[in-house]
Amino acid sequence: MTHAPSLSPTSPAVPTAGGFFRRFRSAPAEPHFAKRVQFNSPLLPYLFLAPQMAIIFVFFYWPSVQAIQSSFYLEDPFGFGSTFVGLANYTDVLKSGEYRGIARFTAVFTAAVTFFSLAIGLLLAVKADGVIRGNGTYKTLLIWVYAIAPPVAGLMGMMFFDQHIGPLVKFAAVFGWDMKVGLNYNDTAIAMIVVSVWKQIPYNFIFFLSGLQGIPVSVREAALMDCRAGFRRFWTVTLPLLAPTAFFLLIINTTYALFDTFGIIDVMVKDKAANNPISLVYKVYMDGFRGNDLGGSSAQSVILMLVVFVLTIFQFRFIERRVHYN
Amino acid sequence: MIRKFTMTGLALVFSATSSLAATDISWWHGMAGRNGEVINEVAQKFNASQAECALTPVSKGTYEEALASGIAAFRSGEQPNILQVFDAGAATIINAKGAVIPAEDLINTAGYKFDRDAFIDGVRYFYADADGKFVGMPFNSSAPIMYVNDEALKKAGVEAPKTWEEFEAIAPKLKEAGYIPLVQSQLTWQFTENFFSRNNIQFATNNNGYDSVIDTQLKVSDPNLIMMFDKLKAWADEGYFAYYGAGWNDNQKMFEENKAALWIGSSGSFGGLTKTAQMPFSADFLPYWGSIKGAGTSSFIGGAALFAMSGKTDAENKCVADFFQFLTSPEVQKFYHQATGYVAITKAAYELAKAEGYYKEKPLAEVGIKQLMLPAGEWSKGYRLGFYPQIREIMEREYGRIFAGEVSVKEAFETIEKEGNELLARFAKTAG
Repeated sequence: MTHAPSLSPTSPAVPTAGGFFRRFRSAPAEPHFAKRVQFNSPLLPYLFLAPQMAIIFVFFYWPSVQAIQSSFYLEDPFGFGSTFVGLANYTDVLKSGEYRGIARFTAVFTAAVTFFSLAIGLLLAVKADGVIRGNGTYKTLLIWVYAIAPPVAGLMGMMFFDQHIGPLVKFAAVFGWDMKVGLNYNDTAIAMIVVSVWKQIPYNFIFFLSGLQGIPVSVREAALMDCRAGFRRFWTVTLPLLAPTAFFLLIINTTYALFDTFGIIDVMVKDKAANNPISLVYKVYMDGFRGNDLGGSSAQSVILMLVVFVLTIFQFRFIERRVHYN
Repeated sequence: MIRKFTMTGLALVFSATSSLAATDISWWHGMAGRNGEVINEVAQKFNASQAECALTPVSKGTYEEALASGIAAFRSGEQPNILQVFDAGAATIINAKGAVIPAEDLINTAGYKFDRDAFIDGVRYFYADADGKFVGMPFNSSAPIMYVNDEALKKAGVEAPKTWEEFEAIAPKLKEAGYIPLVQSQLTWQFTENFFSRNNIQFATNNNGYDSVIDTQLKVSDPNLIMMFDKLKAWADEGYFAYYGAGWNDNQKMFEENKAALWIGSSGSFGGLTKTAQMPFSADFLPYWGSIKGAGTSSFIGGAALFAMSGKTDAENKCVADFFQFLTSPEVQKFYHQATGYVAITKAAYELAKAEGYYKEKPLAEVGIKQLMLPAGEWSKGYRLGFYPQIREIMEREYGRIFAGEVSVKEAFETIEKEGNELLARFAKTAG
């Protein structure tokens, strides 16, 4: 995601993006979307689309086709011999207890990272939205973590959780918890989740804050008159109005937890996964780039592609239905 | 008119440069930091020593990244002339028949005489084929050795152990003196692969994998190896050994900070350790078991070798051969040995450094070489196992589970043998 979300109350960028998907499904154009740009030549829009399509083709479709193709072969990495093995790469992977363990961890990890980073991001946004004096400082302090690259975040996390000098490990020891990151599976998993969540909170914070500021003052004031309980007001009025933002963030955060945490994991396991938890993407990397098992790692990436595909369809079909735009 | 003149001039310039220009050759490697700088210095020395060839070294990140880049480049016909491949990746490149020109053939074709006997025993077989022909040119070579905290041993009033039996005898005294008696940094390299070499035990069928990839199987359920890990686990429980995970530095740190008495590290570690260790230290060979018959043989070579990639012109191959000759000359070997801490790989370079009194000044630099010069046993020459980086990952995972108390040693090795053999069978299919 490269576009900067606007913090001005008049332009809630996200709901518009969501509105596109909705319009896509409901054929008759709604009146307020009727204003359309007309092109003089029917080819012009395609010409404008071409650079984007070319990039998608070269960096996504072409490699995907190659991955699917090589997932049916066992080949020596240098490309001399290759044997067609049918679905053997897939069955080998799915039969492997280790792979299933990694898949389980990935599911737990993705759910935990998505939930906590959304929940904490939302909480901070709601609180920051209520601050009147010095809110610029608060916002900046909360946002700037986003500028840290994932490997750097991993490196910082590794320092915090270092088994010899890590301050968080020492803090855990106060409660009698002998935390051994890199040695104990669960301790490493917790450290990974903490660092991944910490890294993602600012992103969610920015979007939630802009979403909150997009809620018209009149609606808030009306709600304030109807209901005095702050939490109930939030639950019945504010949250539904934030739903488009939250849905968009849900998809982005799931993708983040599945793929973008690679750098954090790589740094935290220090290049040696050993008995530490890793995600499915990291396994693809280990087998493909370090083990040079092209067939096996292609099969894994095809499986991952399918998982993301199914997850996205599920999110759009079942969760988006509950989201009301405008 | 002027234009025509310019064109002629340009043509002249081009023909002149192309006839005078040296043949460019490239070298992809996986070294960073000081070791990467030394590679640049070696290349500069080579370029300054002659005019026909111009060598350009390129760092590709880590060992794994260098191999992956080399493979990707080979598939698109853009391979470098020389690729550095690490010990565990050797089977990948050597079994890809046609990816490399064996170093020995390359050097003989270029008109030099390749002399296998010039190399010290420990490095002669690892990157060679079953007949002993050098496929890769050993480059940066190291051995796992034991570092000794002199202060700790003095305090406990004991001598550095030669065998694990001796270690068992002194461990309680070291513990009493307030030290962790033993730490190590890589269980796969130091306590598995080199357990087989130092104790002269077979690691895998098919002559440790050298004879064929078909049906090669690990022999990690060897009772002696299980005994070694049972001991490690027992020592860990009694406080004679401590395991801090698969990361190298997490374990080394305890030795640096004067908390551990003995540390199994690399022969190349002493340079860095001299700067970081808080106490005086020395080094000795990696211990073996006195109770195992025929034990005490040389260790496998660690590190990496240089491979001449195929599909290049004769002129470029000649340059690569020239460079290999240059690299193995005693002066260059001695320079590399002293600048990096990796062992000298030829006898002449070792003698040269010795004659200069280098080892009197730095006795630690000699330990690795001496260990590699110990008599070779039948099983201390090397191993050639496909998908070995992944097999190491399985070992690291299972070893972590042993010390976390999740599995018994026997169960761990059964898993390693089963999953490892599955990988070897897969590899045999890719090579077929």
